[in-house]
Amino acid sequence: MSNLAYDAAHLLGALVLMMSFALLYQRRLSALLNAFTLQAVALAAAAAWQGYAQHSHHLFITAVLTLVLKAVVMPVALRRIVVKLNIERTIEPALSIGLTMVAGVSLVTLSILLVMPVTEDATALTREDLALSLSVVLLGLLMMISRRNAVSQVVGFMSIENGLILAAIGVAGMPMIVEMSIAFSVMVAFIVFGIFLFHIRERFDTLDVQKIESFRGESQ
Amino acid sequence: MKALLLSVLWQVVQMALVLALAPLLTGWVRWVKSRLQARCGASPLQPYRDILRLLRKDVVLAHNASWLFRASPYMIFTAIWVAAGLVPAFTSHLALAPSADLIALVALLGSARFFLALAGMDVGTSFGGIGSSREMMIAAFAEPAMMMMVFSVAILVGTTSLAEIADFMVSGTVGLRVSLALALMALVMVAIAENARIPIDNPSTHLELTMVHEAMVLEYSGRHLALVEGAAMLKLLLYMALIACIFAPWGMAHPGDGLGPALWGLVTFAGKMALGGAALAVFETSIAKMRVFRVGDFLGGALLLATLGAIFLFVSRGV
Repeated sequence: MSNLAYDAAHLLGALVLMMSFALLYQRRLSALLNAFTLQAVALAAAAAWQGYAQHSHHLFITAVLTLVLKAVVMPVALRRIVVKLNIERTIEPALSIGLTMVAGVSLVTLSILLVMPVTEDATALTREDLALSLSVVLLGLLMMISRRNAVSQVVGFMSIENGLILAAIGVAGMPMIVEMSIAFSVMVAFIVFGIFLFHIRERFDTLDVQKIESFRGESQ
Repeated sequence: MKALLLSVLWQVVQMALVLALAPLLTGWVRWVKSRLQARCGASPLQPYRDILRLLRKDVVLAHNASWLFRASPYMIFTAIWVAAGLVPAFTSHLALAPSADLIALVALLGSARFFLALAGMDVGTSFGGIGSSREMMIAAFAEPAMMMMVFSVAILVGTTSLAEIADFMVSGTVGLRVSLALALMALVMVAIAENARIPIDNPSTHLELTMVHEAMVLEYSGRHLALVEGAAMLKLLLYMALIACIFAPWGMAHPGDGLGPALWGLVTFAGKMALGGAALAVFETSIAKMRVFRVGDFLGGALLLATLGAIFLFVSRGV
């Protein structure tokens, strides 16, 4: 692969990672959804570029799927949920932003330290791609545990899946069926989440999981 | 010998150039900004008139002002002027280039900030104290971010000398780098904070309780104020020249070049500054000021980006 192809793939992967950090940085739900949309667009661009660089056409299908499902359908649906539940302007009392960011950088370092020895004889591109996508997955997990609002936990889950796709597109010869099944299982999970959010709200009048915890009946 | 004389000449031209251009850049940013906000705006030459007027006015000193208060404007202005003279603007063939690098630049800016904060506290007004403490809070985040940025560039290029960095970048062997993109973002964020621009501080008023820079210089008047304001303008030019020198050094003349490339360097430098100033004005118009307590998050983000840039150097190819 030529230097330019390598550099561009590298930049697009890093853009996806940056958007993960942007997700961690945002406090408002609407800004969070915007950052999520941008991450999906960056991911679609990365997939398309890999398809061009590796000459594998099925990656273009992945790119289109990502663009349609993740950059259009899911953000629109999530936004509708947020508007319907009237929590657009909620500012989340999450873990402090600074602490989350420090934890995020440590996770990125951890994933690089983890990937480096395992992939010593792999090409630089694969190694970097794995490091980037592992970081995105870990940051998604961090997002899920550091947020209290159920909608942002769903967004965290979706960004984990973005990390998985990023890993899949970087490895030459990954069969299409894997990506398809990931995409559709996430779609199903998203629908289930959507229904759950409404039910939680109907039942408990809030989406703040900290408050819902008191209903578990353990505290008495 | 001829090369040495030429480098001294370019150094003198550079020092004069930054001094002459700095008020124009500030005026240009203000003019573009007022145009974007549908106002007529003062002419871009207004800052020159302001400074000349201030230089003619008498100095009014508080009774309890110490020698430090009187000496600080000179120290600040000198430190920042020297720092601005170190950043290659139109040619990397400068007499001071071998002795001065990025770390010296950060140190000069740091000492200027030290004197400004001390002067802010000297008279003992509450506003000065608030301003100094906030300036130090911003510096505590901005300086590490700047140093991390310097480290990633230095690891990549193998030197901290600005002239060599510019020569290396323009040679094109470096390619597109994630680390460089991250370092650029970090440097832009630091530059916004250090120059007291929106969203960190509002440069166009001293009637806000959240002001930082203006709070420190509230007690200054006459030629002292002219020096402090001039130093702020020089600092804006310095940061823009620094960004241009590291990340867009195209058009700059190199050692061994004659008069023609140097003139072309001057033209491209003016173009870069005009573009940078317009971009700054657009950014400032499109964004709202932050609460002071969110500044930590903003600059923490810059520190994080710079750190990530340094970390990514180790997974990238060929370092």
